[in-house]
Amino acid sequence: MADNEAFAPKTADSLLDTEKTFKDKLAYFGRFLWRDKGGIIGLVVFLIVVLAAIFAPVITSQSPFDQNLRASKMPPAWQEGGDWEHPFGTDSLGKDIFSRVIYGARVSLMVGLFGVLIAGALGLIIGAIAGYVGGRLDAAIMGGVNLILSLPYLLFVVFIAAVLGRSLLNVILIFGITDAPIFARVTRGEVLRIRRSGYIESAISAGARWPRIIFDHIIPNLIGPLITLATFEMSAMIFYEAGLGFLGLSVPPNEFPTWGNMLAAGRKYMTSYPWMASFPGLAIMFTSLGMNLLGDWLRDVLDPRLRRSRK
Amino acid sequence: MTKYLLSKITQSLVLLFGVVFLVFFMVRITGDPAALMMPRESSPEQIEAFREKMGFNDPILVQFSRFLKGAVRGDFGASLHFKTPAMPLVLERLPATVQLASTGLLMAVIIGIPIGLVGGFTPGSLIDSIGRFIALMGQSVPNFWLGLMMIIYLGVGLGWFPTFGRDEWKSVVMPAFVLGLPVMGQLVRLTRSSVLEIRGEDFIRTAHSKGLKPNTIYTKHVFRNIAIPLISVIGVQFGYMLGGSIYIEAIFSWPGMGGLLEQSIGWRDFPLIQAIAVFTSLVVLALNLLTDLAYSIVDPRIRYGR
Amino acid sequence: MTKILQVKNLVTKFYTLDGVVNAVNGVSFDLDEGETLAIVGESGSGKSVTMMSLLGLIPMPPGKVEDGSAIFESEDGPRNLLEMSVEELRDIRGGQIGFIFQDPISTLNPILTIGDQIAETLTRHKGLTQDEARNQAIQLLEQVGIPDPELRYKAYPFQFSGGMRQRVMIAIAVSCTPKIIIADEPTTALDVTVQAQIVELFKQLREALDVAAIWITHDLGVVAGIADRVLVMYGGRPVEIATVDELYDNPQHPYTIGLLGALPRLDSEESKRLVSIKGTPPDLLIPLQHCPFAWRCEYAFDRCWEEIPPLYKVDERHQTSCFYDLEKGGPRHD
Repeated sequence: MADNEAFAPKTADSLLDTEKTFKDKLAYFGRFLWRDKGGIIGLVVFLIVVLAAIFAPVITSQSPFDQNLRASKMPPAWQEGGDWEHPFGTDSLGKDIFSRVIYGARVSLMVGLFGVLIAGALGLIIGAIAGYVGGRLDAAIMGGVNLILSLPYLLFVVFIAAVLGRSLLNVILIFGITDAPIFARVTRGEVLRIRRSGYIESAISAGARWPRIIFDHIIPNLIGPLITLATFEMSAMIFYEAGLGFLGLSVPPNEFPTWGNMLAAGRKYMTSYPWMASFPGLAIMFTSLGMNLLGDWLRDVLDPRLRRSRK
Repeated sequence: MTKYLLSKITQSLVLLFGVVFLVFFMVRITGDPAALMMPRESSPEQIEAFREKMGFNDPILVQFSRFLKGAVRGDFGASLHFKTPAMPLVLERLPATVQLASTGLLMAVIIGIPIGLVGGFTPGSLIDSIGRFIALMGQSVPNFWLGLMMIIYLGVGLGWFPTFGRDEWKSVVMPAFVLGLPVMGQLVRLTRSSVLEIRGEDFIRTAHSKGLKPNTIYTKHVFRNIAIPLISVIGVQFGYMLGGSIYIEAIFSWPGMGGLLEQSIGWRDFPLIQAIAVFTSLVVLALNLLTDLAYSIVDPRIRYGR
Repeated sequence: MTKILQVKNLVTKFYTLDGVVNAVNGVSFDLDEGETLAIVGESGSGKSVTMMSLLGLIPMPPGKVEDGSAIFESEDGPRNLLEMSVEELRDIRGGQIGFIFQDPISTLNPILTIGDQIAETLTRHKGLTQDEARNQAIQLLEQVGIPDPELRYKAYPFQFSGGMRQRVMIAIAVSCTPKIIIADEPTTALDVTVQAQIVELFKQLREALDVAAIWITHDLGVVAGIADRVLVMYGGRPVEIATVDELYDNPQHPYTIGLLGALPRLDSEESKRLVSIKGTPPDLLIPLQHCPFAWRCEYAFDRCWEEIPPLYKVDERHQTSCFYDLEKGGPRHD
C-alpha cells in the first residue's frame, strides 16, 4: 500500500514552472481590465455623478436658485454672448444652468436610490413570501404582480402623479411602489430556483437552523440578481423622473431644479434657446449610460452561470 | 391549445377588470374626487354641486357598479374639458397612435433584428460592435430628449423632416424613429443573445453532425428557435409603444392618444384620463393575447400543454 | 480485415482565456471494418473530444487540432479527415459517419417533429424527395422499435420518453447506412433497464448493417457487452488498448486495473471492498512532460516523472503505455 509520499512529485520541477513574472501579472491584469472596460467606465461615470452631487457647492459657485433677469437666456460660454461665469448658459429667469444641472443630480440620485430601496425592500419581501409559501398565496400575489406589470406602466405612473400632486416624496413613493413588482418577480424566481435545487433540504438535513439557512444560502443567491436589477432600475427611475418632470408632474421648478423640470422648461424655448434643454438631457444620458454599463458588467460578474471563457 | 387560449382569455378579462377597478380607485385616493377634478379656485358650494352631479356622494359600491356598467358599454362619462363623451374622443385619436407605433416598431424590427443576427453569428465583429452600441444608446438615451434634439437640429435646423403634426407622410419619420429606438436596442440585444445561446445548444451540434448545409441549419434550426423569444418581446413592446407614446406625441404634437393624455393632465380632465387608461390597457391586453397566440403556434411545447 | 479508420497521434488543444487546455495529447488507434471499439475514460480524459475533433465538431475558436492524421476509408477512397475542408466534412457527417449523442432531450431540436429530423438527413445525403424520405423515416422508426411509427412521425421530442428519444437518435444515425457510427455516451443518461434495451437494439442493427462503431463511455459494464476492442484513455492520452477479453482478464495498466477494481462484480468474493483510485484527474491546463497517471499510481518510479510513456506492445492486439511491467514486477526495458 503506497503511503502519502507516493503522491508527491518525486522531482520538484516536473510540474511546469508556474511562477509568473511581474510582466505576466501586469498583462493578466491588463486583459482583465480590457475585458471589463465597460464596467469600469460605468463605475467611473457613476462615481463622477455621485461626487458631483455631493460636492455641488464646491464645483459651482453659482446658486441654482438665483434669478438674474438681466443675465437671462444667455447661451453657453463658448458661444457668442456667453460667459464663463455661466458655463452652460442661463434659463429664462437667469438661473445658471450648470449649477442647476449639478444640483439636479442630487434629486435624480435620491429618486433613484430611494426608489430602488423601497421597490427592492417591498419586492423582496413579497417575492420571497410568494416563492417560499407557494400555493394559492403565490398565485394570488403573482396575479397582482402580473396585473401591474402587464399594464402600460407610464400611463399609470402619470395618472397617479397627476392625482397625488407634485412633490419629491410622491415621486419616490410612486416609483417605489410601482417598481416593486419587478423586484418581486425576480426574487420569487430565485427563491423558486433555490427551493427546487435542494439546497435547503440538504442544509436542513445537515442540521442548519433557519437564520443560518437564510443568511448562508438564500441571501447570497439573491444578492447578485437583485443588485444587477437595482442598477438598471435606478437608471430607469432617473428616466421616469425626467419624464414626469417633463409633464410638469415632478418637483416644481422654483422649488428645486430637477433634470425633468429643466427639460420641461427648456422645451418652450427649444427652437430659440436649445441649450436649456440640451444640457439636462445630456446629463441624463451620461448618467444612464454609466449605470447601464455598470449594470451589464455586474450581471456578468455576479452570475456564476454565465462565466464562460469569452473569446 | 384551446385550453391554453381559454385560460389566457380568462386571465386577460380578469386583468381588465383589475384595470377598471384601479382606474376607479385612483381618482378616489385623496378621498375627494370632486376636489380633484374641479379647478383649484372653486368654492365649496361649486365642489359640492359637482359632487352631487357626478354621484360621488353615493355609497362606494353603488358608484363602482355604476362605473363598471358604464365601462362595459364604453361609457366613461363626459370629458370635463370638451363636455362631450370621453370614449369617442379617445377612439378618434386611435389611428394616429397606431400609425406611429407601427411605424416605430417596423423600423425597430427592420434595423434591429438583422444587426442582432449578424452580431450573434459573428461576435466581436465591427457590425456586432455597432449593434451593441445601438443597444446601449437605445437604452440610455432618454428618447423624449432625443426627440427634442432631433427637432432642433434635424427638423428646424436642417429642415429634413416636419417637426409637428401629421400632415405629410414624412411627419411620421422622426417621432417613429425616436419611439422605436429603445425597442430597436432591445431587439439587437435579444436577437444577438438568442442566436449565441441557440448556437451553443446541443441540438445544433447534432444538426452539424448530420452534415446539414449551413443554410438549413440557420433557417430551420436556429431561426425558428429564436423566433420564440423575439415574438414575445415584439408583442409586448408594441403594447408598450401604444401605451407609452405620451412623451413623443407631446413633443411632436402628434394627434394621438398620448398627446390627448398629456393635454388631459394639464386640464385635470380625469374622466378623459380614465377613458384613455382603460382603453389603452385594453389594447395592450389584446396585444398580449395575440402574442401568446403567436407564441403557441411557433412553440409546439406550449401548444400541446407541457 | 481492412482498417476503416486509422488515427495517428491526434493532438487537440483549446485556447481559452484561462490558458491552453491540452485535451488530447497524442492519441492513436485503428478501427477495422465492422468492429466495435469502446473508448473508456473518466470525464476530462479526452474521449469525446478525440472523436469530435476528427470531424470538426468541436468549437473552433478556442479549439484547434494541432497535429495528427485520421485516414478514413470513405466512398472515394482513403482520405485524411483532418485535411478535409468543412464542406467535404459535411458530406461525410451523417452520411458515411453517423452520430449518437448522450442526452436526447437537448440533442434533438425541440420545435421540430422527430420525423422531420430523421427525414432531413435522408434528403440531405440521399437526395430523396420529401415523400420518399418520409416513408423511409417511418420504416426506420419501426426498425428501431417505436410503436405506431406513422403517428409518431409527427410527434415532438418532448412527447417521448428518454429511451424512445434515444431510439430516434439511433434511427437518425443509421438512416444513411454509414460506415462508422460514433456513439458518445449514449446510455449514460438512461435508466439501467432502458440502457439494456438500447444496447440490444444497437447490437441488432450492427449485425444487420455490418457497421463499425466507436462507443464512448465511462461505464465498463456496458463495454463488456458490446465491444470487440477497448481503448482506455486518461489525461488526454491512450493508456491501454486491447481486445475486450484481454482487457478484463489481463489488464496491464495501473489505471485500467483501478477501473476494473472499482467495478462491482457478481463473481467477486463477498465483502470485498470496492477499491477506488486515490487522487484526482490531472489539470489539463498544465502541459505534462511525464505520465499523466503518475500522481495516482502505486507503481510510479523515477522514469514515470521524466518522460511520457509511449505505447508498448504487450501482446498481439494489446498495447499499454506504462513504464512499469506488471507481469515482470519491475520497470520495462525497451
